[in-house]
Order: sequence, then C-alpha cells, then structure tokens
Amino acid sequence: MKNAIEAVNVTKVYRKYARKKQFATLKSALLSGSLVSELQPDETFEALRGVSFTVPKGCTYGVVGRNGSGKSTLLKCVAGITKPTTGSVVVDGRISALIELGAGFHPEISGRENVFINGIMLGLTKKEIQKRFDEIVEFAELKDFIDAPVKTYSSGMYMRLGFAVAIHVDPDVLLVDEVLAVGDQGFTVKCLDKFAEFRRRNRTILLVTHSLDLVEKFCDQALWLDRGKTHGEGDPKRVISAYIVNVEKAEEQQLAKEEAVRVAHAATESQPTTDQQQPHNPVETAEAPPDMFKATEGRWGSRELEVTGVTIVDSAGTPSHVFQSGDPLTVRIGFRAHEPLRDFVFGFGIFNGDGVCCYGTNTNIDELEPDRLSGEGEVRFVIDRLDLVEGTYKFDVAAHKLDGFPYDYHRQLYTIRVKARRKDVGIYRPPHRWEVTGQVTFREPGSGFKRGTDDAQD
Amino acid sequence: MFYHLRALLKYRGLIQTLVARDLTARYRGSVLGFFWSFFNPLLLMAVYTFVFTVIMPGAHPTDIQPYGLFFFCGILPWTWLSSSLTESANVLISGGNLIKKVLFPAEVLPIVSVLANLAHFILGLPILAALLVYYQRPLDPVELLWFPVILVVQFFFTTGLALLLAALTVHFRDIKDILANLLTLWFFSTPIIYSIQMAPEGYRWVLNLNPMTHLAISYQEVLFHVGPHGHWKWLLAVGALSIVVFLAGYFVFDRLRDSFAEEV
Repeated sequence: MKNAIEAVNVTKVYRKYARKKQFATLKSALLSGSLVSELQPDETFEALRGVSFTVPKGCTYGVVGRNGSGKSTLLKCVAGITKPTTGSVVVDGRISALIELGAGFHPEISGRENVFINGIMLGLTKKEIQKRFDEIVEFAELKDFIDAPVKTYSSGMYMRLGFAVAIHVDPDVLLVDEVLAVGDQGFTVKCLDKFAEFRRRNRTILLVTHSLDLVEKFCDQALWLDRGKTHGEGDPKRVISAYIVNVEKAEEQQLAKEEAVRVAHAATESQPTTDQQQPHNPVETAEAPPDMFKATEGRWGSRELEVTGVTIVDSAGTPSHVFQSGDPLTVRIGFRAHEPLRDFVFGFGIFNGDGVCCYGTNTNIDELEPDRLSGEGEVRFVIDRLDLVEGTYKFDVAAHKLDGFPYDYHRQLYTIRVKARRKDVGIYRPPHRWEVTGQVTFREPGSGFKRGTDDAQD
Repeated sequence: MFYHLRALLKYRGLIQTLVARDLTARYRGSVLGFFWSFFNPLLLMAVYTFVFTVIMPGAHPTDIQPYGLFFFCGILPWTWLSSSLTESANVLISGGNLIKKVLFPAEVLPIVSVLANLAHFILGLPILAALLVYYQRPLDPVELLWFPVILVVQFFFTTGLALLLAALTVHFRDIKDILANLLTLWFFSTPIIYSIQMAPEGYRWVLNLNPMTHLAISYQEVLFHVGPHGHWKWLLAVGALSIVVFLAGYFVFDRLRDSFAEEV
C-alpha cells in the first residue's frame, strides 16, 4: 500500500520574542543595520521534536495528546501551512484541512457567494462547486439562510457552512482538527457519517482530537504526542489506554496538590476554635453552616475528637484520586481523641460537582452503637464498587456526637475523579445489561464505524 | 521563485473571484453602492478645482486649463497606486486567518487589492470621458494606443511595491503608520495638481527620479495635452524599472513567505 502522508523527523521551532520584537521598528532595524539579525529569534520553542510517522493510503490516523503537545502544529505542517524547521513532510494527493472553518468567509456577502469563494480557495473550480452546491447547503442545514449575508449567521451556522464546504472539496487527504464540536448531536452524527463515507472510499484522514473515544472507535492507527515528541504509536486501543494512564497520573498529582492546599487552608482557618480560648462556649466555635446540605468547603468542630488525616486508597492500598467507575475504594479516617469519649459517630458523604449529595451515611445510621473511644486510631469506610458515573466528586468526612454536635467536620475537602469509558449520564450507575427478545439485533462491535452499539456490560 | 510565479497563473480563477468579492463587498450596505467609485474622484476633483480656481485663481498657467480635467487625469491613476499600497500593507494581517489556518497562496492577497483598485480606476474612466466630451477635447486615437501600455507599466510597478509592503509589514507593523505620510509626500512630488513645467528648473531632476512623475505625465500627454506623446522614452524606462520592482518585490515576498503563518 502506498503512503498518503510521510513525515520524517519533523521538527518545528517557533520563535519566542520576549521583549526585543515589541520595540523593533523598521527604522531601528535599518539604522542599526540589523534587518537580518532582527529577524532572528531571541528564544526558541520546540513545538515538535523529531516526529516521524507514515499514514498509508486509506488509513484513518488519530493524533492525541495533551494541550500544547504539538498536535495542531503537526497538522499545520502536514497541511503545508507552515514548513517544518527540519525534516520533511510529503503528502500524496489533494489535501483539505478542517482546521479553521469558514476562515475565508467575508461577512458582508451572502452565504451563497461565500460558498463559491471558499470552494475556489480550497481548490475547486466554479463548475465543481455548482454541481455540489445543493448538497453543501443541504449538509449545512442552511437552506433558508443561504442568501443572507454571513455576518448575520450565528457562530454555529458559520461553522456548519465552513464544514460543509470543506468536506465537499472531496480531498484525497482530509485533515481534521477538533472540529466535530460544531453542531448539535444530529450534525455531529452527520459529520461522522461523512467521515465514514470517506473511509469507505479509501480516502485518508488525519484526525486530531481530544475525543479518545472517537480515536479508539474510528482510527486504524494512533499517534500520541507529548511535548512535541512521539510518545507512542500504533494500535489505537493500546495507545489510548497508555495515554489515559498517563493523563490520570497527571490528574492524580494535580488533585493531590489541590487537596493538600485545601486541607491545610481549612486547618489553619478553623484552628483557633479551640477549648483554651473559649472553653465554655464550644457551640459558637463550631460554626457549622446554617444549611448542612449547602455545599461549602470548610472545617469546623470542637475538636475533642479530631480527624487527623483522610486518605483515599484504591484496592491495592495506594493513595489515589482517580478511580475507574466500579473500582473499589476505601476512605481511611485517622482520628485522635483528646479525652476518652462514649458519644461519637463517624460520618461520610459523597457530593457531585454540582454540590448534590449523592450519598451520605454514618456509623449511627448503619446501626453501629458507640461504645468507647480513646487515643489514636483509624476508621475505614470501605466501598466495594464505586458505581458512579464519570465526574468529579467531593467527600465529607466527619466525627460528631449522636445529636449532631460536631467534633470535627470536614466539608468537601477531599476530591476524587471518577473515570468511565462509557459516557452514561446521571450520578449512579447500577450494574446492568440489556437483554432483548424478538426482531432486534445489534451489530458486532468493530464492524465498520459504530456508534453506541456497545453493550453496557463491563 | 519562478516556480511560484508560474503558479500565479493557476490562481487566476481565485484572483478573479476575490477581486469580484472585493468589489461587491466594498459597497454592500451603502446606499449609492458602485457609484462611489465615480463619486470619490469627482469629489476630490471638485475640492482641488475649487482651491485652485476660486481660492487661488491664476496659480497655474493656462496650458493646464481646464484645471479639473488636468487634475482628473493625474488623480485617477494616483488613487489606484495609493489605495493599492495602503490596502496591501494591511492585507496579510487582516487576512491572517487565511494564511494561518488555510493553505492559501499569500501573494494573491496584495495582487487582489491592486486589481480591485484597478477596477475602480477603470470605473472612473467614463467620468473622464464625460469630462472630455464636456470640454470638447477630442482624443488622438493613435495616442490612445499608449494608454494600455501605461496601464501595464503602472500595474507591474504597483504590484511590485504592494508585494514588498505586504511582506515587510508582517514583520514591521509600523510601516502602516508611516505609509500614509510617505504617500502624501509622494503625491506632492508627482505632477498631479501642478504640471512638471511649473516646477523650478533646479528641482526638476528630483521629480524626474520619481517613476510616478513619468506615469502621470504620460497619462496627461495621452489624455489631456494636444499633440503627440513625447514622453514615451521615459515611459519605457519606467517600464523596465517596473519589471525590476516587480521581480524584487516578488523576491522579497517569496523569501519571507514561510514566516507569514507564524508572524501574522
């Protein structure tokens, strides 16, 4: 099979002009005779560092990577919009780049005229556009507005028209940069169908996206860029899962850092509530918010029983902040009692990103009668299956009296992120499956381009 | 470089469309629309004629009477040049999206502004014709054959400068600011509101160094002055120069081409 795109050792160095450039004028450049040196960079930034890859004809090739990893630069090099500083990119066939949709639209003239002009810019002839015009308008869903000036279009209409023109150029190589977010669900589906049609006609697609799902389902091969370097290449499933692990690791670090800051902050803020200063009026120091279900971070309580540390660990016992939906999770609550207590309850609550209480319980609700407690120790709240949908969740951890008087209340200080490969909605995911009888069949996963046909069983 | 020059031919459909877009888009939303192409030079002519015939009567010799017509012969091509250059200096920056996000031949943009302004120039010609009829000044058809030659010379000259300015402005934004003043200076050092004969002998060589002088004189000779076109030697010299300017402008543009996408 012949290659549609061959990139060899592509390096792209951008110039960073820290200060010099801002004051550079033609006059000063001419006066100091530095016209040439003025065009030299002060500082350089390597957006791509020796990236090589080949895309065979008819292949759909996905590029993933975090923000700033050089994906768009790579696409621009392939499109020929910028030249690589070193290395080479060879593309066989007509390219159409869905990088900026409707880039050449003139706001004052009508959609109809813009379609023609845009088409010609993208390399079509007038006749070709004539032939495809109805199809383009149909695709963009702009039949009623095609004769209105483009400046009156909404941004969605603008994008749709741009997308419609670009996709109807009928290129041999289609470059797509994260442009699927241009319309409602229906339009996205239409775009994906169009891509699928491209695939069937053995055209090449280079897809840059953050939608890992799309890459996994849609691409034959994937490339993972990390800070301008190739970090992995090959089978999309493998590349994506490696990428996800990496992203989660970074997320984990980020969450851990944030949590440390939050806990430290809450601790210092609530510190002087102690018994020495106001020993006879502990209630005042326990400034619980008036509405317990209102979501505000914080820490309060009289501290006779102190929650000294909260660690969220995974099944292996390693502290973690990122969990897959359905994973086991344990909350380890360390405590220290300043005096022996007979009246104590440990509580735990889960809130989602909107501050909605997803679940809450305590030892009292769970019918654990307090007997006695003293010194230091650890209470563990063990969850066998964390059946939550994807999202960020915050935990409440509390120690209080049976009547609710708080010893140490940690309100939403602990954050975890739940990851799920399926984008189901809501809060809770019951373990489930679909069963059918009668004339219903679902396609096998992997047959062509599929959407939502996976069975939901893990 | 010559490879790219040849590619320009391939873009003629694109250039054509963009010029048409420029022309239709410019007056879209204005009441008079295309008539502005006629009115602008007419209004300018009215202003200068008022100044030089009512406020300062007798400031010019009789051989450039009627003054309005004389002025019109010079201001039309001048407007072509100055508008083209002003627009070109801005065209890569305002078209930044095209250069950054689409595979687009950048040189098309300044060329389009030169051509769009040529179209305005040509649209002004019927007014010139009307003035010629009004003042009853017949044209020599043989002399008129020079007219397209002058046009071509000015086209290459203007395009060369437009390419140069467009490319340099990307790197030196201040060109835009200085350009307006330079154009004013250039306007007054070109015999448009006066005739070359009115310039002091000692300074005439300075005016002769200005290529636009010879283009303006050529237009005046063909369209205004009676008698044969005596300036053709100068015109051909400027023609040779304009080719050089064009190639130089294109060369610089071509050299800086790769930096546009990053700098715009």
